[in-house]
Formats: sequence, C-alpha cells, structure tokens
Amino acid sequence: MSTTDTTVKSSPANEHGYKSFELGGFKFHRDEFFVHVTWPTGTHLMSVDTFLRALQRDCAWNFFYGTVNFDHVIGTINHYGNVDLFAGKFNDAYRTAELDHLENFPSEQILGTFREMLADWTNAGYDPFASPAETAAPWGVKNGDNTAAITRQRVAATRMVGVKGDEKIRSDESGYPVNRMFADVPQDEPEVHIEPGFESEIAAFNLFAYLSRSDVTWNPSVVSVVKESLYCPTTEEYILPVVHGNDRVEWFIQLSDFISWDVQDRDSGSPRAKVIMKAGDVAAMPADIRHQGYSPKRSMLLVWENNSADLPALIASGKAPTYPINF
Amino acid sequence: MTEYKTVFGSLDSYEKGRIEIIDDDPKHYAFSNVFEVANKSKAYEKVAVALNQQYALEVIRAEGDSDWFVCDHDETILCMDGEVRVEFVKPDKALHSDGADGSHPIAGVPAGKPMGHVLLRRGHQALLPKHSAYRFSAKKTSVLLQQTLNGPLTKQRWASICLS
Ligand SMILES: [Fe+2]
Repeated sequence: MSTTDTTVKSSPANEHGYKSFELGGFKFHRDEFFVHVTWPTGTHLMSVDTFLRALQRDCAWNFFYGTVNFDHVIGTINHYGNVDLFAGKFNDAYRTAELDHLENFPSEQILGTFREMLADWTNAGYDPFASPAETAAPWGVKNGDNTAAITRQRVAATRMVGVKGDEKIRSDESGYPVNRMFADVPQDEPEVHIEPGFESEIAAFNLFAYLSRSDVTWNPSVVSVVKESLYCPTTEEYILPVVHGNDRVEWFIQLSDFISWDVQDRDSGSPRAKVIMKAGDVAAMPADIRHQGYSPKRSMLLVWENNSADLPALIASGKAPTYPINF
Repeated sequence: MTEYKTVFGSLDSYEKGRIEIIDDDPKHYAFSNVFEVANKSKAYEKVAVALNQQYALEVIRAEGDSDWFVCDHDETILCMDGEVRVEFVKPDKALHSDGADGSHPIAGVPAGKPMGHVLLRRGHQALLPKHSAYRFSAKKTSVLLQQTLNGPLTKQRWASICLS
C-alpha cells in the first residue's frame, strides 16, 4: 500500500499576481490573457478564458467519462482512480513528430492541483460555469477570487429530483431565478396526490422548469437514476468548453431549441460529421469520437449516460461495439 | 430587453434536425425524433429511441387508458407533449417479474392499495417506483419518454425511425 501524494507544487505569485503550478513534468503559468503549459517536449498557450472553463468542468466532474480535451493539444483521460494528463496525445501531427507527452497521476493529486489552480486563477466576478454573456471577463492581473462560483455542489439525485429526501426542486427562494433566455418556460408543477404511507414513493416535478432555473452551462447533473442509467440534463449556451471524447456510448435528447455538434475522430481529431439537433431529436454519440456543441440560444439538453464501470474495458477490448445500434 | 422564444417540440409541430456526414456512417448516430416516432406509433407501444447495453429509453404515444404495468426496478416517465395521468397501486401480492428487466404488463386491474396519482403536463417527470403497478390515461394524444431497461414490451424498429 502506498499513500497518495496530494501535495500541490506551486510557486509564489508572479508579476501578474498568479501562482504557477507543477504536475510531474508539466508546468502551468498564467499571465493577463494566457495560460502557458510546458512539458519536456513542448510548450502551448491557451486563452485563459477557454482554459478556466475547461478546468472548471474537469474539476467539477471529477474528470468525467473518458477524455476531456481542453483544446486540440491539452487534456485528461479518466481511468476512475487515476488520471492521465496529456499534451498532443490526440493530435496526429504531435504524435507523428513524437512531441506528445502523457503522465499518469492519482485522481486526488491532479484534482488537488487543478482545484488550487482554478481558485488562484479565477478573479472576482468571473464565473467559468456561466454563459460568457452572464459573467465578467477573466482577463487582467490577479483581482480577488470567486470561491462560491467554482465550488458549487454538483446535483446528484439518488432516485429522482423531488423524491422525499432526495435533491430539491429549484425556486426563486432557493436562489435559482428563471434564466433570461427561459423566461417563457411554464413554471407549473405537476399535480401529485399521495395516499398516506407512500410519501417516499410517489413523486413528480417539472424538469423543464427545473432546467430553466439552472445558473450554469454545459454542466450535466444527475436528476434521475435507474440502476446505472443516469439522466444528466444540462442547459447549453455558447460553446461546450471542452471537446469530450467518451470511453462509452452516450446519448443526447434535445429537449428544447437547437445545438450543432462537431464530431471528430477521437484519436486523430479528423472531422467525421455535424449532428444538428432540434427539439425532440435523439442521437447517439459513438464511443470512438470526440464532440463539441454550439448552442446559439440557451437550450435544454438531456445527456443520457450508462454509468457501468465495466463499459470502458468492454469497448476498449472490442467486446462491446463503439456505436450502439446495428440496423 | 430581447424576448427569447424557447422552442419545444410537439406531436403537431416539430422540425427534425439532420446529420451532415463528412467521413462516417449516419447509422452510427441512430438519429430519430420522439414526436415523429410517436406520430407513427400505436397507442401505448413502447418504442426504443435509445439503447445502451441493457438500458433503454422508450417513446410512448399515450392515448386513452393503458394496461397496468409492473416493474422490479425504478423507472421514470417524462411528458414531452400533452397531459397524462399516472395512477399507482401497491399490489397485495408481488405481481412482478422475478428481477427481470423492463416493465411487464399484467392482466386486469391489480388487487392492492391505492398509492396515489400524478397529472403530468409537458416537461413534467415522475418516478415509477419499483414493485408498484401503474397505468397511464390520456384524454388527448400525448407523448411520453420512459427511462427503463430493455424488456419484453420494448419495440426496436431502428430502420424505420433513424436517419440512414
Ligand atoms: Fe459528451
């Protein structure tokens, strides 16, 4: 048994007021506009805006399913307990030039560093989860922090939102006003009649009203659970800040409005399709692709996941197909 | 201030999206539309629109009264259009399916204790708790999306519902 080293390696504030961080051979440094990432075989710059939005989600989702690409170079792969941090691994040119680099860390170690980086590099008024139209800009020298925004509790229902003792529905009183782009979404709750003794069994809620009150974007959270089947709806505006390369099939049900998905080969990044989804559309995202969504108006998307721990190995070994249906 | 219009679909009004293929097979995306599927279904058919191993999402065209169903695991039901009443009974003796996946029909009205009922309109989601019996009633044609497991009632007709 070895104990995990969760010590965060950081150096004091630079001339812009931001700490620098180290994870193995990777170094992270921020200035007024950019994040500079270096590794033994290369260097990379990202806009601090794009970087913090991706970092926020990687932290909040505990590295999610499969690959979270921050952009075409940097990203993480979740092995559920340990995590790869990579540069250029899913980029043909980097791999061909042998400039790609990958290191594996215990989840707690990389999460500890990522959380501290997120906290130090997020200035007052900037919310990496918010639509860019609803938050201040992240630029400039170090200016305060936004702990409340970056440490939001992720919704994770046990059975369903609204069931007695489970996640609560949202209201003005609980701090979730209706979003400006969902002002026309009906807020009526279902009629629920419960006979005595069945208070823990009979439950219903208005999912669309619940989503209209979400204060975050591109953040799937669990509202209902059937064994390993998870409903993870989310509200989307602007661009998904990561390019998600799943280790399993996931499904999208477009509940409202419109999203255009760019789908690329998971390993090379080569374009494969555009999937254009309107209200009521259902589509699978195969397990060998990466995808990034564009939502011109805030929209409601139901992401449907199979949380089974066996799936990544089944798909990687070819025992389960990379696409869900044969017809 | 701009007035935004949120677009939901319905049986009478929906616009299906599309796939622009660059280098792939459209069948890999199993792209369908719940309202189009419901438009082509018979009342209370359970048509799979998404499948992930043993797990399924089914579209149901709700019209009049359904049979009674039982299930050994939790399920959920989401109303996508219309208005549907769901009535629940706790059966006196176990009527369910020895751990089998998905929902199962039972003959007649189950003997047991009334648990209550819910009335769902568009966007409303209800729990269908395990080991209870339930049935749907809709005065006008409505659309439901059920979160369940692939079971004896699940109909798979991918070639007729998906883009190819
Ligand atoms: Fe995804």
